[in-house]
Amino acid sequence: MLRLILQRLAMAVPTLLLISIAVFAMIRLIPGDPALLMLGDMADPTRLAALRQSLGLDQPLAVQYLIWLKAVLSGDLGVSITSGQAVLPLILERFSVSATIVLSAVLLAALIAVPLGMLAAWKQDSFLDLGLVTSATLLLSVPGFWMGLLLLYVFGLELGWFPVVGYVSFKEDFGKALAYVVLPIATLVLHESGVIIRMARASTIEVLRLDYIAHARAKGLSERSVLWGHALRNAFAPTWTLIGLILGNLLGGIAVIETVFTIPGIGRLMVDSIYARDYPVLQGSLLLITFVYVLVNLLVDLMYPLFDPRVKI
Amino acid sequence: MKTLRDAAPASIPAPARLRQRNLPSFNALIGGTLLLVLLLLAVGGIVWTPYDPLRLDLGHRFLAPSWSHWLGTDEFGRDVLSRIMIGARTSLWISLLTVLLAITVGTLFGLLAGYLRGWVDRLLMMVNDALLAFPGMLLALGLLAIVGASQYGIVLALGIAYVPTVVRVVRSTVLSLREREFIEASRVIGNSEMYTMWRHIAPNCVAPLIVLATSMFGWAILSESALSFLGLGVPPPAATWGNMLASSRPHLVTAPWLGFFPGLMIAIALVGINLFGDALRDRLDPRMSR
Repeated sequence: MLRLILQRLAMAVPTLLLISIAVFAMIRLIPGDPALLMLGDMADPTRLAALRQSLGLDQPLAVQYLIWLKAVLSGDLGVSITSGQAVLPLILERFSVSATIVLSAVLLAALIAVPLGMLAAWKQDSFLDLGLVTSATLLLSVPGFWMGLLLLYVFGLELGWFPVVGYVSFKEDFGKALAYVVLPIATLVLHESGVIIRMARASTIEVLRLDYIAHARAKGLSERSVLWGHALRNAFAPTWTLIGLILGNLLGGIAVIETVFTIPGIGRLMVDSIYARDYPVLQGSLLLITFVYVLVNLLVDLMYPLFDPRVKI
Repeated sequence: MKTLRDAAPASIPAPARLRQRNLPSFNALIGGTLLLVLLLLAVGGIVWTPYDPLRLDLGHRFLAPSWSHWLGTDEFGRDVLSRIMIGARTSLWISLLTVLLAITVGTLFGLLAGYLRGWVDRLLMMVNDALLAFPGMLLALGLLAIVGASQYGIVLALGIAYVPTVVRVVRSTVLSLREREFIEASRVIGNSEMYTMWRHIAPNCVAPLIVLATSMFGWAILSESALSFLGLGVPPPAATWGNMLASSRPHLVTAPWLGFFPGLMIAIALVGINLFGDALRDRLDPRMSR
């Protein structure tokens, strides 16, 4: 088992290397002197010359990449042009804010949507099914940022239940922090539930048609034990993969939600760094999120046999 | 790596689908109608809008919806309905160009990889998989930083971000086709590889591509509005649904209709595309339906 896990981890290394090449190339594709981009237009000439030297700009691109990679592997992602802070601690701090929101949202969405999807499949073609499928399609079609604005208007402004602008970190004041993240999490839960309900329903329908379910029913088992004891695990496997993908996609697209609710997460940081041409921060954030995305999907793959023992990793 | 986009299942259960094989399904009707209305709105906006969508009228700022301004006016006294109409045109146009770009480039590389195989395939798929490893929106953000935020910057960034998915779909279709007898027959009677590819393989990729292009159109509308909402898309005073939503934010308390209607339009567009796409997938691509 351990050897298999290590093998899969080793297989992720080429992907991660390719990603690092892509991120490196992306920033080098921006026209202009990379040293000037990294230090900003106001940089003084001696620092520029020093950075050109350390980036190896007089060397071929391949050597420049290796120099950069070596720095990245030792945790040196450069210094933010706008704030002068080291990039790594900055993006880690912002990332933890986003990750808290995204993780709780995906967890809640899965807990709510998977049973609903299975229920719809079990009652296939009934009014309940129709209602659930229709609501799911509506939920996944409504853009997250619009839903966020609507929730903000109704629950923040009209009813005044939740604060409208700002953010308090969980370390400072847990209760207050919770009040600030309820609406963003609710927005994500509503939106992602739509996708998960449809997936869970489709895979449950597929499983319920299989012979072993007919066999379980023929044995006289109650519907409840057929559904929970026999169908659940098999039906959940494809949904499990989907949940991993959602997690990564949310991290990539979290910027809009963070903008609506003025949350200082990594998405907002990235957008601000694009405005400010703060390329070290942008590069670091791209690298971090994509690495996490790959690792999350790897983890999801590794846990797959828990739900479907036929799959060998 | 599979993407989120491969995973979205169809919504109509199989027995219902079999019964309705030759009738347009309920989904197709509703979805098609919604899309038609949007198209009329967008095309109509070229010829006629109730007011000039760009004309400032500071005497009539923040008017609530009424008979003279159906959807109200914004912070500069511009008519919201008129702006939504030209916004529809911008949003649909950008999405159309994006999809065309992604499909053209992606099909080319997909055909090459799938048909030539060997080192071409390995090299292309290596790059492709690296790009697929980025969450879509993230890749678009990175590319936007390179090409710059503008109307065509969005098309370029989103188009390139969607290419890897197209390459995957086309390549796997080609791989399964090239083992079939009719391809072998074409080769046996002496047709060149190029001729076989264009005459016999490419046309068979059309059905899955139409299905993919439809859902891609939906992603493009959503991503365009999200990027414009973030201020990285079409800059004001030009109107798109996304930047109208963005500029409505400070006025959420005083003029909630400013943000409500553009958002509603995006939602209607996406419901239409999702329903229509489901129906299309059920009909054209039996392998993808459940």
